[in-house]
Amino acid sequence: MSQVSRLFRAREAGILVMLVLFVAFVSLIQPRFFSTETLRIVLLAVPLILVAAMGQMMVLVARHVDLSIGSILGFSAIAAGMVFRDHPELPLFVGFAVGVLSGAALGFVNGLVVTVFKLPSIIVTLGTLSLYRGLLFILSGSKQIDPNDIPEPLIRMAQTSPIDIPWIVIIAFGVAFATWLFLNYSQIGRQIYAIGSNPVAAPLRGIRVMPVTILVFTLSGALAGLAGLIYAARFGYVNPGITGVGFEFTVIAAVVIGGVSINGGVGSVLGTVLGVLLLGSVQVALPILGVSGFWQNAIYGGIILIALVIDRTVRQGGLLARGGA
Amino acid sequence: MNSIEKSPIPATTPRVIVREAAAPRPRWQVWLIRPEVVTLLLLVIAAIVATRLSPFFADLGFILESSTYYIEFAIVALVLTIVIISGEIDLSPAAQMALSACLFGTAFKAGAPIPVAIGVSLLSGLAMGAFNGFFVTVLRLPSIIVTIGTLILYRGLAQVLAGDKSISGFPSWFVGIDYRMVGIVPIPVLIFIAASILLGLFLGITIYGRQIYQIGTSEIAAIHAGIRVRRIKMGLFIASGLVSSIAGLMVASRLGSVRYDLATGGELTMVLIVMLGGTYIFGGRGSILGTFLAAWLLVIIATGMTVANIAINAQLTIMGLLLIVSIIATNAIYARSQR
Repeated sequence: MSQVSRLFRAREAGILVMLVLFVAFVSLIQPRFFSTETLRIVLLAVPLILVAAMGQMMVLVARHVDLSIGSILGFSAIAAGMVFRDHPELPLFVGFAVGVLSGAALGFVNGLVVTVFKLPSIIVTLGTLSLYRGLLFILSGSKQIDPNDIPEPLIRMAQTSPIDIPWIVIIAFGVAFATWLFLNYSQIGRQIYAIGSNPVAAPLRGIRVMPVTILVFTLSGALAGLAGLIYAARFGYVNPGITGVGFEFTVIAAVVIGGVSINGGVGSVLGTVLGVLLLGSVQVALPILGVSGFWQNAIYGGIILIALVIDRTVRQGGLLARGGA
Repeated sequence: MNSIEKSPIPATTPRVIVREAAAPRPRWQVWLIRPEVVTLLLLVIAAIVATRLSPFFADLGFILESSTYYIEFAIVALVLTIVIISGEIDLSPAAQMALSACLFGTAFKAGAPIPVAIGVSLLSGLAMGAFNGFFVTVLRLPSIIVTIGTLILYRGLAQVLAGDKSISGFPSWFVGIDYRMVGIVPIPVLIFIAASILLGLFLGITIYGRQIYQIGTSEIAAIHAGIRVRRIKMGLFIASGLVSSIAGLMVASRLGSVRYDLATGGELTMVLIVMLGGTYIFGGRGSILGTFLAAWLLVIIATGMTVANIAINAQLTIMGLLLIVSIIATNAIYARSQR
């Protein structure tokens, strides 16, 4: 296979082409889309999805899925928000620790149930999706965290930083970089791919599937928790009934567009970042194109299905090809 | 022919060998630890506890009346049971309910008479089911992720159709199906009972029913046995779409209006009913009777909690917990008993 065709076949290249085509298409219709201001809005829209997408991507690579991240995001945001509200004297990092650790704990429970009882993660996390949402209602007493309870420095993180890029953007891309290092240069990272490619063979190669899988779910929960803080920073409030509802679908859409195979073992950080950027651009472009916001979910759903079909075609070299996988 | 190679080797292969070596359990033991029996026991316990919590509960009429909210999901859960026994899953019925109900509402608003609007809605159910089935049986994508995609798509299309407004103003004969009674039994409950009997017979005594169990137990073996696996699965997804649109119409009638967020979160309730009824999540095992009992178990638990003044939000926690506990329990039972 020549270098050129290999490059063309790379999933990342395909997503990049889609991204460029999309931006070009929107800019043609509405030239003011192509501006640094739009780039700024897109960059502000992505951190929330990007951070959680890193976790979801690892879960998918390990051949699982985590439907509970929306509720984990809400739970962590509420937990951190309550710390901010009730103890304004504490430094900011305490709130961050509360958010990330509570997310990690909930993710740990997911991983534990999935691995100990050998159950499909999709059903387990469908259950914890409701379980955690209920818990967060109980924890918060159904009360919203108001804008004046969110500390000023946290809000500023969504607006400024020394180099004119908001802090949350820097954090999100930092998380992506760390995930890339982890998946490609650590032993556990490679083991996650091995588990996802062949769960039966992985233990035979000396991989301890259970702890690694639990770790993956814990990381996914922790990152959803971090996303909760980004939510609080960006929107300035946390509502138990709204925050994070349906978020899992947005993230799964982004990750699947990013070329992460739902059959496990395949997926890259670069692809996921591009997928998130594409989804972020769609989000920002819709109102600019004059398309009603009501279309957003339908478009996400359509994109997931198209990405699935593309994934299928790439893997097996033909839409109706038999065999493979 | 290499479609045979396509299917993954079942992870339980070694266990099957061990099972064949073990002596068969006594028949009474096999019967006693059937998940349906566990569901029935839970049902009795839940009824006793609920009656203790509130004297209202001893009233059968009250239970039947308060069941109408869950009965729509329970009706869909009957078909979902068969889909899961065949080794697939459909997470999109709640969204299908919303979209077909919104299509009904839109058609009605556009001036179509109610019967025509109902026809539109039922047709859309067939189409949505066929769409799911196309991805699963023709493109051979995993149903679990396909139906997550279509769940978002159908709900999104409902949102496009209806916006954030509700459509109402249906004629009075159409509204209030849950208030029409035969004796003390509301019509939706009668529909549920009739559907349970029909589907129970279909699954239990027809050749198709046996074939569905066979597909869920081992798809490869089913293909070898000449069972038309793809055609049957397609049929099941279409049936799921059709029953979802019927349930959507029942909600429209009960509420007297439709909105895009109708039946939100219903996928949890439906999967919960099926799992509580002891259907095996990996396919091949389960029964309509189990789902039927589980629906009443859920009705009693849910109304019991409401009567006991447990907030709706806290009920979410209990529902989620129930789902997880019930699949762990069903799994454990099937791991112990062989049939």
